[in-house]
Amino acid sequence: MIRFDYARASDVADAVRRGSGAATRFLAGGTNLVDLMKENVERPEHLVDIGRLPLARIEELDGGGLRLGALVTNNQTAYDPRVAARYPLLASAILAGASPQLRNAATNGGNLNQRTRCYYFYDTATACNKREPGSGCGAIGGVTRIHAILGTSEHCIATHPSDMCVALAALEAQVRISGPNGERVVPFADYHRLPGDEPWRDNTLVAGDLVTAIDLPPGDFGRHYTYLKLRDRLSYAFALVSVAVAMRLGADGAIEIVRIALGGVAHKPWRLPEVEGSLQGERPSRPAFSAAAGRLTADAVGRGGNDFKIELARRAVTRALQQAADGTPQSQSDKRVA
Amino acid sequence: MNTSIADHPTSDRADSRSPGSDADLSVSLQLNGQPYQATIEPWVTLLDLLRERADLTGVKKGCDHGQCGACTVLIDGQRINSCLKLAASVDGCSVTTIEGLAQDGRLDPLQQAFMDHDAFQCGYCTPGQICSARALINEGHAKTRDEVRELMSGNLCRCGAYTNITDAIVEVMAQEGGGR
Repeated sequence: MIRFDYARASDVADAVRRGSGAATRFLAGGTNLVDLMKENVERPEHLVDIGRLPLARIEELDGGGLRLGALVTNNQTAYDPRVAARYPLLASAILAGASPQLRNAATNGGNLNQRTRCYYFYDTATACNKREPGSGCGAIGGVTRIHAILGTSEHCIATHPSDMCVALAALEAQVRISGPNGERVVPFADYHRLPGDEPWRDNTLVAGDLVTAIDLPPGDFGRHYTYLKLRDRLSYAFALVSVAVAMRLGADGAIEIVRIALGGVAHKPWRLPEVEGSLQGERPSRPAFSAAAGRLTADAVGRGGNDFKIELARRAVTRALQQAADGTPQSQSDKRVA
Repeated sequence: MNTSIADHPTSDRADSRSPGSDADLSVSLQLNGQPYQATIEPWVTLLDLLRERADLTGVKKGCDHGQCGACTVLIDGQRINSCLKLAASVDGCSVTTIEGLAQDGRLDPLQQAFMDHDAFQCGYCTPGQICSARALINEGHAKTRDEVRELMSGNLCRCGAYTNITDAIVEVMAQEGGGR
């Protein structure tokens, strides 16, 4: 592995100060960063271990929400009784990802900040604008089975790999950040970014910014939800396409509110609020869901190897909306898709 | 590709970068119930510390990237891929490896069950499988065979002994009051 020095942050302010320096990375669970350092993709000179900062609690928010500390592990979050009862969509999405060992180490903050699993990003023998700005994109014209179909640019077609983030997008979480210029709160939709002309920027953080917590607003999505993840293995594989749906039905059975986020298809969790709005007031039906799925993927562009994802995403959205409306969320252990 | 090998950025800062004067760190662990102390460089993983310095070679290095689970150990009771943990970051923690599961000369019931069920062929993944299974049973989230399979997904067995591995775990889970 590369050589670097290691320091433990004494508090959040110390972490922000140290993190503002050049060639510095925060170390929390390490499941992605240490791997990327072994691959020579991440090459920090200084590691600041934030793992023991007091950010490992889940707390009630006034008004009914929950605050998930950035250092709470993915497993602790998924199995927390408050999360499981009030945000089962989030618990389900977390448990659909990685393995128990990784979820025991991986933190909530780290999940947001994990890097793409694009083969070309990992392979230092190939070009990648995300890893080495200006070097080109090996994926475009290459093997694209896992790549994005929405929101891509001519410089990058990588996807964000998280399952958790797809649920957080649907739940309209907010990300709390401490940085060199103080604290701020960023709506989840504005946290990650599309690649555009700066594909090396996965999100809107600047040097020294430290994610301290993720706030879940109250939502009442405990019954009509699903996280449907489709992948090349039954378990322990990244999504080819995933769909998070959070829905509320009125007493008359019509859709009061629905949120649909797609994973595995773009540089960030993909939502189109105007499509969600078009379902409002509709009665759940296959034609209505199918039409919404068509609109969600209308601008999708394949690159050959990932052409199949366009139809897969359309069908997955239709199916996920039906699962949510029926109150029959996808099981993450029995993999049959009902 | 539009880069040449010559201008490629990543060839090897690894060897050229000299460690700083403060490179060596002291790490103290409770290792299989005994105090253990070592002085290490920041880039030493827990896996390498266990195998190369503490001589606990039951812990296996399979992929070294968190994909196979052969390096699974328990850190403060939680199953973790030791290949992705920097040893410096677990200073003060309790670590249990396959060597620490037997108590008072008696095998952990999972060790016995793996033998009874022939739950391995080459055996390379077995220490990680057993550590992972010990944590799985202690966690108590798995109730069904499907759930055992799902929650053992972080441990690959390239010989394909999954059926027997699952049999062994389900048996011990039932003995210890889990499952249904």
